[in-house]
Amino acid sequence: MNLLGLLRVAMRALAINKLRSLLTMLGIIIGVAAVIVMIAVGAGAQARVEEQIRSLGSNLLLILSGTTTAGGVRMGFGSNQTISEDDAAAIPREIPETMSAPALRGTAQLIWGNQNWSTVIFGVTPEYIDVRQWEIAAGRIFDASDMAGATKVCLVGQTVARQLFGGADPLGQVIRVRRVPFTVIGVLESKGQSMMGTDQDDLVLMPISTARKRVLGASNLAKQRSVGTIWVKVADGYDMKAAEEQVRSLLRQRHRLQPGQDDDFSLRNLEEVAATQEASSRVLALLLAAVASVSLVVGGIGIMNIMLVSVTERTREIGLRMAVGARTRDILGQFLVEAVTLSLIGGLAGIAIGIATAVGIAEVAGWRIVLSPESVVLAVAFAFAIGVFFGFYPARKAARLNPVEALRFE
Amino acid sequence: MTGAPIPRLIPRLIPRLIHTRDLTKTYQVGDNVIRALAGVSVDIAQGEFTAVMGPSGSGKSTFMNMLGCLDRPSSGEYVLGSRRVSDLAGDELAEVRNSNIGFVFQTFNLLARTSAIENVELPLVYAGVPSAERRLRALEMLAKVGLAERADHQPAQLSGGQQQRVAIARALVTRPLLILADEPTGALDSRTSLEIMGLLQELNRNGMTVILVTHEADVARFARRVLYFRDGLMVKDEINAVPEFA
Repeated sequence: MNLLGLLRVAMRALAINKLRSLLTMLGIIIGVAAVIVMIAVGAGAQARVEEQIRSLGSNLLLILSGTTTAGGVRMGFGSNQTISEDDAAAIPREIPETMSAPALRGTAQLIWGNQNWSTVIFGVTPEYIDVRQWEIAAGRIFDASDMAGATKVCLVGQTVARQLFGGADPLGQVIRVRRVPFTVIGVLESKGQSMMGTDQDDLVLMPISTARKRVLGASNLAKQRSVGTIWVKVADGYDMKAAEEQVRSLLRQRHRLQPGQDDDFSLRNLEEVAATQEASSRVLALLLAAVASVSLVVGGIGIMNIMLVSVTERTREIGLRMAVGARTRDILGQFLVEAVTLSLIGGLAGIAIGIATAVGIAEVAGWRIVLSPESVVLAVAFAFAIGVFFGFYPARKAARLNPVEALRFE
Repeated sequence: MTGAPIPRLIPRLIPRLIHTRDLTKTYQVGDNVIRALAGVSVDIAQGEFTAVMGPSGSGKSTFMNMLGCLDRPSSGEYVLGSRRVSDLAGDELAEVRNSNIGFVFQTFNLLARTSAIENVELPLVYAGVPSAERRLRALEMLAKVGLAERADHQPAQLSGGQQQRVAIARALVTRPLLILADEPTGALDSRTSLEIMGLLQELNRNGMTVILVTHEADVARFARRVLYFRDGLMVKDEINAVPEFA
């Protein structure tokens, strides 16, 4: 019998016990819907994490200044100014695959007209924009002459622009940073929240020379050419691990550290951080899908159960079909197609319900969801496989019946 | 049954359709071996109307299952037409059943919630006949049993006699070599039984070989030849010189 014929026979058999067929499908419907929803939610979470990682940049090394111990009290990273602008300049010189950006950090009160706002000040070089992957929304970045002349120019983040200027255009405005007047020459594109939940747009960038001389001069950060952090961007395709080791040995050499002596700085590989974050979000998504697929398997067992009942109920029918010439594969095909029809119809209904539920969750709970065609294809394939897998045993049982006994079955 | 046993007089001119030699069937039930057939040798010619009689447990049903290729003998030989089928198994037997044998059962065995015509078509489905031709042939057979106008009725909408006639149409639709009827009137009242026997006789008059399994002498009297079974053996082979006409 051809597939179309088998499908018609299956549909008729399923239509005879409508309620039973529906209840049997329910397991698959719920299972597929759950898988669709879980994959959508999991992929949404993953996409969010990936976006945050992208906003940080994953091919970055972060060098933090070392610690000091004063009278047994150990201070945090940055308490001892062990790294300098010269270190930063040396890194790309010695390791051409890298680009470095030193940064001085401080906080300051900003004043514009009758508005004021407390924010974070970064004294940086123009490379900082590239290294941290900032985009300029308007205006320009300071250049070499600004650096050399320690001009009082700055760029503001979106949060600062909103808080300080409201609706006004910040470009060309003069703001006071710790009472020093600065001209706003650029506005940064928004980056949103960091993975840790801090607002990355709440900042002011200015030339590192200006920051050192005009703004942060009072603090001990101004000493010599020391900086709190150096960001190192590694070229695409270059091994992050190797870059990390090269930077480490370069700095140790420059700081004249003996073998066995601890680093006087801290070096962090953000790729590892990103990979960990990504891995954990992927594991979470996988876990969700795995839990959901358990219900699919339970649905499959439901199908097997009902198919076994159906084979027993229709023993005489099977006997008759065999008597009039049905071969083993005809009977096997008939019951297999019936099981697969059950699971596929359930699967399609499950997809519809799953998509509706995922969209509903996105609307009501405001979660980010990602509906991918792959997940739909996967769900259909899974439903099909469930039908074949759990339908095979009952179908084989039917096909192996002895025609004489099947015809005699009461 | 009329008259004394008459020696078998099958004219050699008529081609032999069924030939069995020492057909046995044994079943293992626990430690006991049950001999359902203990060696049956019989020839049946094309166009014969034969009844197989015997009490329950006589082996007549087992014999019928062998002739119908529903079961394989434990030993012995069975030749159907020109083909030795006693060695065949599984799907080969299914194909022999499909193309050579039409079954009529006591309980009709029609598919429920399936129209008469679709029931008749069923053997052709397994024979791989295209749908249009299937319909045509099934309708032709339904007309032959007088149910053309009931083609779209489901079994539940038909009387017992009508259901059995649908079953006979189904048995005929593949143009088989023989019709095997297992207690075809067992579930019918006497008037309807007569109709069904009349139909089988008519088919036989038109050349169809019919083998009828029954335990009722009343039914066997319609056949021209009667084989008696007891304890797994054929104990009598009678020619019914004057079969009753239904």
